[in-house]
Amino acid sequence: MTQMTTAATYADLAPLMSRLTGAEKHTPSATSTLDVLWVLYDRILRIDPQAPDDPDRDRFLLSKGHGPMAYYAVLAAHGFFPAEWLSGFAGPDSRLGHHPDRQLLPGVEISSGSLGHGLGTATGLALGLRAQGNPAKTFVLVGDAELDEGSNHEAIVVAAAYELDTLTTIVVDNNSASLGWPGGIAQRFELEGWSTSTVDGRDHEALAAALSTRAPRQPRAVVAVVEPKG
Amino acid sequence: MRHRFAAVTTELLDDVPQLAVVLADISTELFEQAASRHQSRVINVGIREQALIGSTAGLALSGLRPIAHTYAPFLIERPFEQVKVDLGHQDLGAILVSVGATYDEPRYGYTHHAPGDVALIDTLPQWTVHVPGHPDEVDTLLRQAVADDNRVYIRLSTQTNHRPQSVGDGQFSVIRKGTGPTVVAVGPMLDRVLEATSDLDVTVLYAATVRPFDAATLRFVLAEPAVVLVEPYLRGTSSARVSEALVDLPHRLLALGAPPHTARRYGTPADHDAEYGLDPAGLRASISRFVAHESTFSTS
Repeated sequence: MTQMTTAATYADLAPLMSRLTGAEKHTPSATSTLDVLWVLYDRILRIDPQAPDDPDRDRFLLSKGHGPMAYYAVLAAHGFFPAEWLSGFAGPDSRLGHHPDRQLLPGVEISSGSLGHGLGTATGLALGLRAQGNPAKTFVLVGDAELDEGSNHEAIVVAAAYELDTLTTIVVDNNSASLGWPGGIAQRFELEGWSTSTVDGRDHEALAAALSTRAPRQPRAVVAVVEPKG
Repeated sequence: MRHRFAAVTTELLDDVPQLAVVLADISTELFEQAASRHQSRVINVGIREQALIGSTAGLALSGLRPIAHTYAPFLIERPFEQVKVDLGHQDLGAILVSVGATYDEPRYGYTHHAPGDVALIDTLPQWTVHVPGHPDEVDTLLRQAVADDNRVYIRLSTQTNHRPQSVGDGQFSVIRKGTGPTVVAVGPMLDRVLEATSDLDVTVLYAATVRPFDAATLRFVLAEPAVVLVEPYLRGTSSARVSEALVDLPHRLLALGAPPHTARRYGTPADHDAEYGLDPAGLRASISRFVAHESTFSTS
């Protein structure tokens, strides 16, 4: 499935994150996206770290730009950039900040931070790739609290109406949306015509299965449930 | 202008495989033929302006050259952060084409007026802003924008001049030379500026492209160090650009244009022009006082 050329392992991630944070242990909120990101880059995405601009690559958009340490660790583990870049995190000369910048870091598809932008962009990206006959897939990761932003709900409707079956949204749900999502997050997507799956966000096999599944003419939403934000 | 925009875009969709158009329920009737021929590249997102700009950014990210189009307040003001982040911060190219201008439809009231659109775009770096004054200028500027990969805002209006000017080089055109102040007429303001200043000793420049601001031409033609800006949107939008252009020169500046909030009255664009002194008579009164070195403001 993957074209990764490095032999990274999941065990590499913790020390890489420690280079960023200076701490040996990390809180659940700092690692809420870690397993999803690991599974994506290890087993799902077709991206060559040596050719991060290849037009045929799958696209991964980290919409939830907050807490990107796990993202940086996964990218470094796969060799998108040298692990040395992790030192000096968010310093004046660092390419890595608290929100990723696509102009500064190879492998980063969008500069995020302000919540609610990635899903709309991913929708256009999937539309554009399809219009050009490019079968590459588009994945976008949002948080359950990020879904508060109304812009997501505009994009959820548009993506389904245009039957974007190359688009997958991953919602990492750490129960941090202040007003909650009565009826569940998956239902918000299902109602508009998305194919959905809700899985344990720490279970690599379940994540891989959910992220590999697609339904014809339907975009896909995978809700990855992790420990509530402390 | 709107019809020319749709006609040229429809033609270019046939010829330019990278071109895409995103609509938000406005002008869809003008793109029916294009949509039927290029289903994958003519996209209507409904009344969803955040998705309009967000998906435009995504199309650009995929390698296409997108045009996003709707009414000015809903293209620039409502999704302004998408314009800032999805297009600007990602450093993606796109063409935004608005209709409605400042008060093309006074019957709709202030919600459909956009006096501040150019001023807002001006807070963001690296935007080219075209304010054409004639459908033929739309034709030229649009084709040029489609062939480029930059960020372009094209502001269409129902207000037009009788004749097109030569546009596309980004420079102000010298319409008339005098020894007094220099009047910069932007887009649809040209005809009325010429009428208002027909017997005044002024230089008249025409600007269909306002960003980048052609300081070089302004400086080159400047006789008396005095400038009158006549902009069809928020008055003073280009004042800072004039100040920068004349930074080493004591100078006078009169900035004419629309107020930040249009009047709470309906009617026609002409009614509003008269209310804000932007009809030929009002312009003539303001510019005459300025030429004569009379204060525009009451001191009592």
